[in-house]
Amino acid sequence: MSATVVTPGEAVQAPEPESSSVNYLNVSHTLRSWLLTGDHKRIAVLYLISVSFFFFLGSIAASLVRIELMSPNGLMMESETYNKMFSAHGIIMIFFFLIPSIPAIFGNFLIPIMIGARDLAFPRLNLASWYMYMVAGVLVLTSFLMGGVESGWTFYTPYSSLTTSQVTLCLIGLFIMGFSSIATGLNFIVTIHKMRAPGMTWDRLPLFVWAHYATSIIIILGTPVVAITLLLVVMERLFDIGVFNPANGGDPVLFQHMFWFYSHPAVYIMVLPGMGVISEVISNFSQKRTFGYHMIAYSSLAIALLGFLVWGHHMFVAGQSMYQGVVFSLLSFVLAVPSAIKVFNWTATIYKGQVRLQTPMVYALGFLGLFLIGGLTGLYLACLATDVHLTATYFIVAHFHYVMVGGAMVAFLGALHYWWPKMFGRMYPDSWGKMSALLVFVGFNLTFFPQFVMGYMGMPRRYHYYYFAPEFQPYHIASTLGSSVLAVGLILPALYLTWSLKYGKKVGPNPWNARGLEWETASPPIPTNFEEIPIVEREAYDFDHGPIDDTWDEESPVRAHEVKR
Amino acid sequence: MNYDIAPPQASTFAPKVDALFYVISALTAFFTIVVFALVLYFAVKYRKGSKADRSNIVHDSHKIELAWSLPPLVLGLGIFAWGAQVFIEMRTMPKDAIEIFVIGKQWMWHVQHPNGVRENNEIHVPLGKKVKLTMISQDVIHAVYIPAFRAQYQVIPGRYTSLWFEPTKEGKYPLFCNMYCGTQHSEMGGYVYVVKPDEYAQFLERGGDKKKPGAPTSLVERGKELYTKLNCMGCHELNDNVRGPSLHGIAGQKRKLVKGELVTADDDYLRESIIRPEAKIVNGYENTMPQDYKGQLTEEQIRELLEYIKSLTGKSASVTPTPNEGMNP
Repeated sequence: MSATVVTPGEAVQAPEPESSSVNYLNVSHTLRSWLLTGDHKRIAVLYLISVSFFFFLGSIAASLVRIELMSPNGLMMESETYNKMFSAHGIIMIFFFLIPSIPAIFGNFLIPIMIGARDLAFPRLNLASWYMYMVAGVLVLTSFLMGGVESGWTFYTPYSSLTTSQVTLCLIGLFIMGFSSIATGLNFIVTIHKMRAPGMTWDRLPLFVWAHYATSIIIILGTPVVAITLLLVVMERLFDIGVFNPANGGDPVLFQHMFWFYSHPAVYIMVLPGMGVISEVISNFSQKRTFGYHMIAYSSLAIALLGFLVWGHHMFVAGQSMYQGVVFSLLSFVLAVPSAIKVFNWTATIYKGQVRLQTPMVYALGFLGLFLIGGLTGLYLACLATDVHLTATYFIVAHFHYVMVGGAMVAFLGALHYWWPKMFGRMYPDSWGKMSALLVFVGFNLTFFPQFVMGYMGMPRRYHYYYFAPEFQPYHIASTLGSSVLAVGLILPALYLTWSLKYGKKVGPNPWNARGLEWETASPPIPTNFEEIPIVEREAYDFDHGPIDDTWDEESPVRAHEVKR
Repeated sequence: MNYDIAPPQASTFAPKVDALFYVISALTAFFTIVVFALVLYFAVKYRKGSKADRSNIVHDSHKIELAWSLPPLVLGLGIFAWGAQVFIEMRTMPKDAIEIFVIGKQWMWHVQHPNGVRENNEIHVPLGKKVKLTMISQDVIHAVYIPAFRAQYQVIPGRYTSLWFEPTKEGKYPLFCNMYCGTQHSEMGGYVYVVKPDEYAQFLERGGDKKKPGAPTSLVERGKELYTKLNCMGCHELNDNVRGPSLHGIAGQKRKLVKGELVTADDDYLRESIIRPEAKIVNGYENTMPQDYKGQLTEEQIRELLEYIKSLTGKSASVTPTPNEGMNP
């Protein structure tokens, strides 16, 4: 079972009822058993390690960029190096952290357990998607080492068709990365449709699963478009075909349409899973069923579908017709509503709850604050007249960092702290967790709030020097100082979480007194997730019927889920 | 500057954009503070074990959902309409504007005033007059961004784009390239000088600040020289003939192509017909343009040719009794 790909069907045949000490982590120990695993939980751990590595690289690039910007004349880099640095930061963070982080780690680990399945529908495809991620990562890092990519993560043509840096290799890497995403999305959709436990109706799905369902729809509809687009840029670079380069009869603005047709929905690939995490955390740490369960679930679908109709709001000043601009602006304002609905519902969930301010909840509250600002500053950019002034300035940089970092990354950290004891069976010190959550919140605001002001003042993004407008310097210095606080807030969890793997207090199946099938199996879960497939008889977040934990009474009427033997 | 939070207001657009900005800011601050304050208040008031009243818990209510979805939607649509109105004004080019040509290339701005005065990385514009920038890039995408005017538009290779503004305050304001365009992107900038109209007239008259000796020749004159040098009139005569259609009065006309499609002979059409004549062949002709002009002409020269061609309005009745020999619908 260890050396070959484990399929869920085989494992069901041979349950080991008394082996509560055997879990997915210690069932086998060889490197081979990890690298050839079909277990979604092990693949999630592989992703956790690799995504963290890329996050570390992306953060280093970000720090160097921020230090460099403290002076209008730069401090230590040539412009070419600076451009490669922010390109590397964007490419790594978007494609290798934000897009895969929550789905590939927590979605992978939790979706089968949350719906009462033994694994994803296609375990081998799941493993293959991790390998594609790694191959893509190696290719992209190779392109950085062989000279670097100077075109930004957006690869706007015709610059990306003409620049002499390692764009071709990098784009081939991202093309492969796209298939990794598609494989994961497809796996989730099939699993959620076909592998729910008896009684796990769509109305009982945890909101985390709903969010991933919506995300997967975006992934499989959008990613092929960007993959084709990037491939066309590669063809243009290699064979000089004229798709985007006007010198060969192409249309450079066409690239922006095709790129944003994916890359705007990709924003929701990054943030919807985070919203799913926040729904779980807020409900469980308020000990109360989510207010407006259906509205939150359907708003995820609304965001997924409407998200495909607003790409043109990236192009209000990009040679798109004025009327197109007006339509895209209108749709963007409509799209703001489902996000607002989620925020209001979360707030109403806390109302009259039994709130426990433990680490995951502190992250969730931080998410709410930052996402409010991130979402509302989107209105300035959906609004046509203000966007003309703000587009491509630091205002946009601040806005999308509030959504991507304040939203997606803070949700990622919340998820990490919430499910860490489930994944590894040990608890980290809560006080350290809360302190790091506060540091992240404060440091983040200190870093990015000054960028809103700077952006309105007119500071363009992707500027190495700003000596002919030195009035921006105080804001850059403030931002860089703030980022050092943020850095501390990010280093701390890396330390105490690693520490907890060995020294943390061991926990039972349900250390948070939370609801959901993942809290009914052992921590860490056994290789097959459940000894018997559970039969679900209650709604999600059913706190009206008292807690379930490892001491529940067979005769008691207060069980949320019945386990049939 | 005194740590302002906004750039100076130096165009008619600036106060309009700022008003919108401050209204959205007020809404953002209101919603952020109210919602986040409520979140924190609830989190403390309903902390586990507190004695707060928790009776009548509601888990679902369509009325409440509707009540908090509609006001943001209505406010959003209001902001949309307001923003769209200002945007439409920004994007509708006034007919009576002074037209200045801007060519972007890695990594500088070439500016040509109508009378032929050239500047690099600087644009002089007259106070209180409408100014339209007609822009094109010679290589990759750039963007003209003048924060003090709240004006921005991309400068794209292969097609003309434009923006307009009306300066309202004298001064020197930064001009940025705001579309990442390569190594020295951050140094592709300069200043816009807003000067009194009479100073602008003097500026044009003396041939700019970094003038070459001799009076400036206008774009039309330079275009005429090129037109002669390239022997365009060898085929494009006053009237249509078998070799090529007449270019007199062509600007703005509808042209019928070989495939029956109708196109307007705007700047983009004329430009493309010079450098890629095969792209749009007018019905009744074949592509017999003798040379590949793509590599030979700079964007500046193409612009000069266009200005000359556009000046050829005169199929002056005295010369040709039958204009538009059936070529135009």
